[in-house]
Amino acid sequence: MTLPSPSRRGFLVGAAAVGGALVVGTYMSLGRPGRAVAATPASGPVKPNAFIRIAPDDTVTVLVKHLEMGQGVSTGLATIVAEELDASWAQMRAAPAPADAELYANLAWGPVQGTGGSTSIANSWTQLRLASAAARAMLVAAAAEAWGVPASEIAIAAGVIRHPASGRTGGFGAFAARAAALPVPADMRPKDPAAWVHIGQPRPRLDSSAKTDGTAVYSLDVRRPGMLTAVVAHPPRFGARVRSVDETAARAVPGVVDVVRIPTGVAVLGRDTWSAMRGRDALVVTWDDARAETRSSAALAAEYRALGGRPGAVAASRGDAGAALAKAARVIEAEYDFPYLAHAAIEPLNGTIARNPDGSVEAWGAFQIPTMDQGTIASILDLTPDRVTLHTLPAGGSFGRRASTTSDWIAEAAWILKASGGGAPIHLVWTREDDMRAGHFRPMAHHRVRAGLDAAGRICGWEHRIVAKSLLMGTPFEAMLAGGVDPSTTEGVADTPYAIPDLRVEAHNAREGVPVLWWRSVGHTHTAHVMETMIDELARAAGQDPVAFRLGLLGNAPRSAAALRLAAERAGWGEPLPAGRGRGVAVHASFGSVAAMVAEVTADGPRLRVDRIVAAVDCGVAVNPDVIRAQVEGSVGFALSAVLRNRVTLADGVVQETNFDAYEPTRFREMPRVEVHIVPSGVDPTGIGEPAVPPLAPAIANAAAAATGTRMRSLPLEASARRGA
Amino acid sequence: MVKLTVNGVERTFDGDEDMPLLWYLRDELGLTGTKFGCGVAACGACTVHLDGTAVRACQTPLSATAGTAVTTIEGLSPDGNHPLQAAWRDLNVAQCGYCQTGQIMQAASLLRETPNPSDADIDNAMSGNLCRCGTYPRIRAAIKQAAKGARL
Repeated sequence: MTLPSPSRRGFLVGAAAVGGALVVGTYMSLGRPGRAVAATPASGPVKPNAFIRIAPDDTVTVLVKHLEMGQGVSTGLATIVAEELDASWAQMRAAPAPADAELYANLAWGPVQGTGGSTSIANSWTQLRLASAAARAMLVAAAAEAWGVPASEIAIAAGVIRHPASGRTGGFGAFAARAAALPVPADMRPKDPAAWVHIGQPRPRLDSSAKTDGTAVYSLDVRRPGMLTAVVAHPPRFGARVRSVDETAARAVPGVVDVVRIPTGVAVLGRDTWSAMRGRDALVVTWDDARAETRSSAALAAEYRALGGRPGAVAASRGDAGAALAKAARVIEAEYDFPYLAHAAIEPLNGTIARNPDGSVEAWGAFQIPTMDQGTIASILDLTPDRVTLHTLPAGGSFGRRASTTSDWIAEAAWILKASGGGAPIHLVWTREDDMRAGHFRPMAHHRVRAGLDAAGRICGWEHRIVAKSLLMGTPFEAMLAGGVDPSTTEGVADTPYAIPDLRVEAHNAREGVPVLWWRSVGHTHTAHVMETMIDELARAAGQDPVAFRLGLLGNAPRSAAALRLAAERAGWGEPLPAGRGRGVAVHASFGSVAAMVAEVTADGPRLRVDRIVAAVDCGVAVNPDVIRAQVEGSVGFALSAVLRNRVTLADGVVQETNFDAYEPTRFREMPRVEVHIVPSGVDPTGIGEPAVPPLAPAIANAAAAATGTRMRSLPLEASARRGA
Repeated sequence: MVKLTVNGVERTFDGDEDMPLLWYLRDELGLTGTKFGCGVAACGACTVHLDGTAVRACQTPLSATAGTAVTTIEGLSPDGNHPLQAAWRDLNVAQCGYCQTGQIMQAASLLRETPNPSDADIDNAMSGNLCRCGTYPRIRAAIKQAAKGARL
């Protein structure tokens, strides 16, 4: 098979400047005391060589430092490069960058290469514009030198370099080698937006062909000579260990080559996937639950509710919420429960790892935080990170799961390689059940809110307490904790754009032994729901229109107000609906962007059908409006099943929902009509992979309340409806 | 011993006939365009054609393929230009893309039986194929576009 390899293509600047730097991984801990890693400004050095390769055939390949997991980042970053280079879209290509924290750090995070928090376009924007402008200047200088004309007389458009006075023309490829010998110019300025030809246009995705004819290679498709496929028997409870194993029957399965014990279970190595699966079925393993989490999710939820009754760490405090509530004319008290959620990407977690004759290691996977994955592999195999080469492949979905802070999936492959002696490449395959049982769920959460209205119907005091397990404690990102509060627990509440003068937000970090992780839009998955349904309840209690009520609170948040107005206008807010149908609205700011949604639903007995979603988003400059629309449509499809029915439950510590029958993602026939409107903006671009997820649940819940007259607070709504709350 | 045809090539399989077709295609023949998602016929990522009809390869044992003609995404069109593939590209349907080969095989089976499908036909045919990225609106549009093109 052929994988895109940086070493096999031409460089803009030969191998000299960057080149050798293909994989100079520097593994750095993010946990520097007192340093907020998110505070690094989104600018960076001008290093065209690190990002742009021009081949003799004129193709321009953008080295994409972020993981392509469907969000369209490779198309988006290539658009930025094409714009500043004045390339034609047809010559643009994209390839994954190697792991290198120096060249490819996420500038929004610090010294780590990674994808998340909807930062890919935002942190690359200035970096790539400047790098591409420099590359363009180098091409111009090279052409000027070759033609013996002043650089100022040379123009580039649609990938053609021209000297109009002499009529000479040439492609990029003809000058790439000469450009390579030139110094990288300083003081570059990006193009005037008025001259943009690619940005703002719906350029087709670069990965469509490979993804429609079967040639796209995902990590599950990696085949290495002599490789063995590994399937692992994992403990049924988090934290359990192998007590004993009888591998006799497993070894007798035709095609099974070896059985090895690793810290996370027992791995069966087979000549193919089926043999390894059959071998695993034949294993007899007993587990030691001494250190395992054995509580049920219902018991954990009860503990959360008890914690919610006690004061927590203060995440935000302004005015005097208690005093305001004491004098309120009316107080609404509400509790909300949220379940664990699985990411459930259709490609189960997997990875391939092989040891080279010189002892160095190569790994193939959908690496979302590659420099951490690289460091994890290196430490397991007692290597320095520079001896671990990562080959990043497109992910068959991630939604946060492949950004595991423990690199659990590729770590397991490394453990198997080590335990098996390292002779054969190891292709680790998780079944759907392995993937679902492996935790790293969206945390369970409990919210308790008291919000008041004064006699005039204005908000008068807001107390809000959130209980959830921290995503950051005990991880390399722990430095992001603020005063004992994990901002990923309280984001969306503590920083609400609503003008609430008397606000107090507290948080508790729950500590169960269930691994939790960011899940597309992270804390906003629950905070937006609580804020936007509470605001709706308050609006109705005050006898005010929910859109007008919100606009009255968004005086200091013009982008939120504008997106809300646009969604309401396009949805026909206020127009009558037939009986049994309802309309609901929500607006939420996250990851630097704003998304507003109006949902129309039909209450069909106990079932809820979502008929239509009208969305308005403001994510700054729309680099590719079609990709933005796709992300918003997709956010609806991704999150709808979590709004309606999805939840992961534990019975005595054992995950109960292990496949798509019990944890059923949104199906084709359930998909509502989705209309997406983009707020025109000249502001630097922000994220769109996540921000359209948060408003979906509250918009639907508010619509359901409008349709039925009954308010369901907790998610998923179908479980709430059964409970009658 | 099982004899079958895969993408027009005659094959003989002499092994565990309980093995699902999925693993034969992926591990033995290297046809990795057919994907593994759930293993229980709940997601449709492994959809292929058995004598022209969409089936889930993960729940089709090799013993059931004897004497049949299997078509995978690699064999759907010699140049990747089946009207569905063209429509898929035109409308930028794929996001992560992992499920899309199964979606296209399912849709191809639908169009063969129902060249001009209604929305209800499309709902019925496609609701067994999951897309976690939520590309359903574009899949619907692409099927309609391909159906229209096929009639021309």
